[in-house]
Amino acid sequence: MTPEPAKGAPAPKDNRWRLVEATMRRHGHKSHALIEALHSAQEAYGFLENDVLRMVATELRIPLSKVYGVATFYNFFTLKPQGRHTCVVCTGTACYIKGADQIMNVLEKKFDLKSGTTSPDGQVSVLTARCIGSCGLAPAAVLDGAVAAKLTPAQVVAKVEEWMSHDQH
Amino acid sequence: MISIEDLSQISQAEREAREATAHQINVCVAASCLSLSSDKVKEELEKAVEAKGKKDCCKVRGVGCMGLCAAGPLVAVEKEKVLYQGVTPEDAPAIVDALGAEPVARIQGDLEAPFFARQQKIVLENCGRIDPERIEEYIAADGYLALVDTLTAMTPIGVVQQVTRSGLRGRGGAGYPTGLKWATVNKSQGTRKFVICNGDEGDPGAFMDRAVLESDPHRILEGMALAGYAVGASQGFVYVRAEYPLAIKRLKLAIKQAEKMGLLGANIGGTTFSFNVDIRLGAGAFVCGEETALIASVEGGRGTPRPRPPYPAESGLWGYPTLINNVETLANIPTILRNGPEWFAKIGTAKSRGTKVFALAGAITNTGLIEVPMGMPLREIIFDIGGGVPDGKAFKAVQTGGPSGGCIPASGLDMPCDYESLARLGSIMGSGGMIVMDETSSMVDVAKFFMEFCMDESCGKCVPCRVGTAQMHELLRQISVGEATARELALLEHLCDVVKSTSLCGLGQSAPNPVLSTLHYFREEYEAKIAAGEADAAGHAAADAAPAGGAA
Repeated sequence: MTPEPAKGAPAPKDNRWRLVEATMRRHGHKSHALIEALHSAQEAYGFLENDVLRMVATELRIPLSKVYGVATFYNFFTLKPQGRHTCVVCTGTACYIKGADQIMNVLEKKFDLKSGTTSPDGQVSVLTARCIGSCGLAPAAVLDGAVAAKLTPAQVVAKVEEWMSHDQH
Repeated sequence: MISIEDLSQISQAEREAREATAHQINVCVAASCLSLSSDKVKEELEKAVEAKGKKDCCKVRGVGCMGLCAAGPLVAVEKEKVLYQGVTPEDAPAIVDALGAEPVARIQGDLEAPFFARQQKIVLENCGRIDPERIEEYIAADGYLALVDTLTAMTPIGVVQQVTRSGLRGRGGAGYPTGLKWATVNKSQGTRKFVICNGDEGDPGAFMDRAVLESDPHRILEGMALAGYAVGASQGFVYVRAEYPLAIKRLKLAIKQAEKMGLLGANIGGTTFSFNVDIRLGAGAFVCGEETALIASVEGGRGTPRPRPPYPAESGLWGYPTLINNVETLANIPTILRNGPEWFAKIGTAKSRGTKVFALAGAITNTGLIEVPMGMPLREIIFDIGGGVPDGKAFKAVQTGGPSGGCIPASGLDMPCDYESLARLGSIMGSGGMIVMDETSSMVDVAKFFMEFCMDESCGKCVPCRVGTAQMHELLRQISVGEATARELALLEHLCDVVKSTSLCGLGQSAPNPVLSTLHYFREEYEAKIAAGEADAAGHAAADAAPAGGAA
């Protein structure tokens, strides 16, 4: 049984879908291309929407349940849309020793943003990472893709405030 | 078809070009310094060289990790042996002016300091010395020499014997003899075989694999090709974390360059040996560091482990014999084959040969990456090389081995740092993360932190790990907030034992280690919390008993 694409599914010729398609083709549409395909999909769409999961399942001839199982197993994949800006706080051991929990606390207290949540205006998403490997620069966070080193809670608050006030027209 | 002569020609040309340049400025462009804008520093240096008309005699290039991440961005002037630390883009003109003259004292670092002087580099020998994006520089550092030479001069079983004689042990954690693993895969029957490089460095606090992949990617490719030749595999996979985009980018580039030169692909060096390397991205699951879980992930599924035997050496990827080695293990291979196993076996201790890369982090002055001979006492690593605990605070413990390891107190500081000694102290070598804690760290909270990690990362396949880690975490939470009594502590100890002995894979089997080691060395901290909890419970009992008549 092939799951039917739901209403509003992205058209197969969508440019973003082409990127996913290319990855699957590179692996000969074999089932082991699943994780690579999901990486491409997340890069292209920003997150793994249900329709994309369905299409990947169809293309690779894998049961949708397995695709969903893999997409939810790994921390790196997200099934929810992200805000315009992302703040990934590292909660590895070195960052923990140097006070990463204080950064998380202040984000929750000040903006009501917990790990895995997005601000109501869709501007800022807060995530945590297990370790970004920048232990020499603890505490660290990835702000919109760039590693920010030796952060204080105040610096993070300032950045989030800047993001929230910006682009609000 | 590439031969030894071709390699030496490339290397000759590269060396001549370097000698013709009077000044060579190296800027660290590994992740750590990059996040402190070392790319801007490099840009400004290039501009300054141009503006001051020194373009003919001075070259600026990006190199890999120099190790002292705490003092980044780092800039080295190669021939003058000058190191600058904490460099800002504004410092660029001063650095260029100082070429061939007195160095800029304000930002000068000390290359004679113990941090640099006490290290011995094998795995990191090229890190911070070559441009990771140019294969010629790796070749000029004798790269791929071992590969081309071995393919023509040695049999596969000869390579296995060399690795066995070197005494190299797996650098990923358990310390299994590498030669033995290679011999098993070599002997296994299979129409196909695979080599997997495990770069899923999920252990929080360890970043040596990242540094090697970012700073010297060709070393891994050469190590993998040699492993492939030794065990009879023609396909390799590098399994690398998606969280390391720079490492992935440089690895991809390195594979392309090596293929173009005929150092990967079909008939390497004109021999019958062919070897291809592909990258597989991890997606953030600590359990994928376990061999069988990693294989499941490379096959595109959920990264859950399966019982062993059969070991991957006999039945691994898609059921074929598979060799899985850690990044650091493979990084040792080219040097071992180039310098000979006897040379390697002389370094380190009787049972732990060679060097080990450690990532120093936490409450330590010189955070960064170091490589020292096995067996160096922890005290020397932490206080001499690491510079000790900053802000005048007292040393409390050093955590090694990440969530699978333990905390070592001051009394264990004089133990040599090798596989056996660390195990005796109730910890493990692990991948080499070393996180120093000062007197302000609560050991109960540290244990809780690691248990939370294991709870989140448990894949859920076996009950002891899935349920046990959650229960242990809850008990630790109760203890840390003073809600627990001696009964909970006894239950915690019992659970540690159950989870350790009955879990399916290494994640569960070692999850209790941080609790056990902190209980062993810092029991008084647990007892203080318990005392508070019992006093509280007694208070409640008294309060419940007193207004018995009044409460409805």
